[in-house]
Amino acid sequence: MIKDTVKQSLQDLFPTPEPVVEEAAAPAAEGEEEQDDKKKKAAKKAEPRVNGVLERDYAAHGYDLDVQLDPGELEAAVTILDQNDFFIESITGVDWIKEKQLEVVYDFSRYDFDRCRVVIRTRTPRSEPKVPTITEIYSGASWHERETHDFFGIKFEGHPHLIPLLLPEDADFHPLLKDFKP
Amino acid sequence: MSGPIHIQPGETFTLNVGPQHPATHGVLRVKMEMDGEYIVKAETVLGYIHRMHELMGENRTYPQVLPNLSRLDYLGAMGYTHGHVLAVERAAGIEVPERAEYVRAIMVELNRVASHLFWFGAFVMDLGGFTPLMYAIEDREYILDMLEAVTGSRLTYCYFRFGGLYNDVDDDFVNAARAFIPRMRKSLKKYDALVTGNVILQQRLRDIGPISANMCRRYGATGPVARGSGIDFDVRKNEPYSVYPEFDFDVPVYHECDSLARYKVRMDEMEQSLRIIEQGLDKLPEGPIMPKKKPKIIKPPAGDYYQAVETARGSFGIRIVSDGGKNAYRFKLRSPTYSNMHLFDEACEGMMIMDALALMGSLDLVIPEIDR
Repeated sequence: MIKDTVKQSLQDLFPTPEPVVEEAAAPAAEGEEEQDDKKKKAAKKAEPRVNGVLERDYAAHGYDLDVQLDPGELEAAVTILDQNDFFIESITGVDWIKEKQLEVVYDFSRYDFDRCRVVIRTRTPRSEPKVPTITEIYSGASWHERETHDFFGIKFEGHPHLIPLLLPEDADFHPLLKDFKP
Repeated sequence: MSGPIHIQPGETFTLNVGPQHPATHGVLRVKMEMDGEYIVKAETVLGYIHRMHELMGENRTYPQVLPNLSRLDYLGAMGYTHGHVLAVERAAGIEVPERAEYVRAIMVELNRVASHLFWFGAFVMDLGGFTPLMYAIEDREYILDMLEAVTGSRLTYCYFRFGGLYNDVDDDFVNAARAFIPRMRKSLKKYDALVTGNVILQQRLRDIGPISANMCRRYGATGPVARGSGIDFDVRKNEPYSVYPEFDFDVPVYHECDSLARYKVRMDEMEQSLRIIEQGLDKLPEGPIMPKKKPKIIKPPAGDYYQAVETARGSFGIRIVSDGGKNAYRFKLRSPTYSNMHLFDEACEGMMIMDALALMGSLDLVIPEIDR
């Protein structure tokens, strides 16, 4: 099963296996298989989610692995996916205005019958949002990153051509930020 | 297969293809740096019909945003609304009656045939053959009339509902669909003799616009573009949804990686869609088309949900981030042509401009769907 191999190699990115056990999701996830009572109690509190790899129920969520990491670890994680023949599905952002954070969400999948959908999330402060680019690993990330830059103003450091893609050339607004007023 | 020709950038000029050019099938601009007839570098410029559907998805309730989905791809709109209803049903946990699932599959496949037919006509017209378009449109009209009678619209359908359908299919539709299958099979034989077997077309497309499997992976190309590069990937098979596991159909895959391979994949897919429609009509169960219990106001529990479907152009994905409210907190649309078009910049380097237009046609572009 590719899912187990990828899960294992992604988990190696995190220093100790403890963060995986502690389940406390920000967009609270319920009904996970591995959960016990302690974790459910922890999930009820709106604590920010700890970095790590989570296995999700495909039928309920539509993906298998959910990885949250710091922007610094992004390239390492994406390289692992590249080595395992994943293709890039999309990149997008989510504006968590209450937590003063912007989340960048990466979707990966495989051309294979051994299904494994991986979601990588990373958070960056809203005041100065920046994330390293992955265009050197996946050329197809270029447009997705430019689009996310258009809509959220997230700066993808190292992107060779970070100019507006869908918005006008002179656009100085970011329409998907929650405090955007047209 | 001869590789692309690499030219030293010496004396070049810039050529704008588009935004209003017949070969781009919409408002799309490709800025090409040309050395005579050869493309040195190409840059696609998007956004001419960007309408910010994702923001509309956040400002409206889930049912209100449903008609938006069919404004993405006006040729294969049914598949896109299918993606939305499946995503919301997954998020809110709504059950769908069996009859509705079968009718949905039949409708989506009919629409897929209609979309491929129009692509076939337009693509051959790009290459200089006008007549096949007329035949293709005639068959497509038959499908559109059938769909219009049931759904009420010719292109921008809003036929699916969360949990079921807007109205049931009648005997007229079933009879028309049954009559359509032999008619379309006869037409496919005709297209095969008239166009696919034509030496001029084969010479024009063979080895033109090679796209390697690795390039597909790096750009995330899906659908017929990936299947023409030897990748056996179809969301209907790889991540089965709805009632597709019940149907017996094949996924056509060609390994030549050229424009002819992508052409053949779509022609073969029409036959496979006919097989699904035939089985769907045979198996169509009696029963309700809407569930008995359904929430009046749809409020999915807080969380992050993803749903992928196979549309006529490839894997279409919807991500719904819900905070438990009536509107989506974040509504992301992953459109297949966006990724398929992205690889054009790299693939067309070193090609002659007329060959690049053949490559562009073989990607099956629908611009509103790229710009969203």
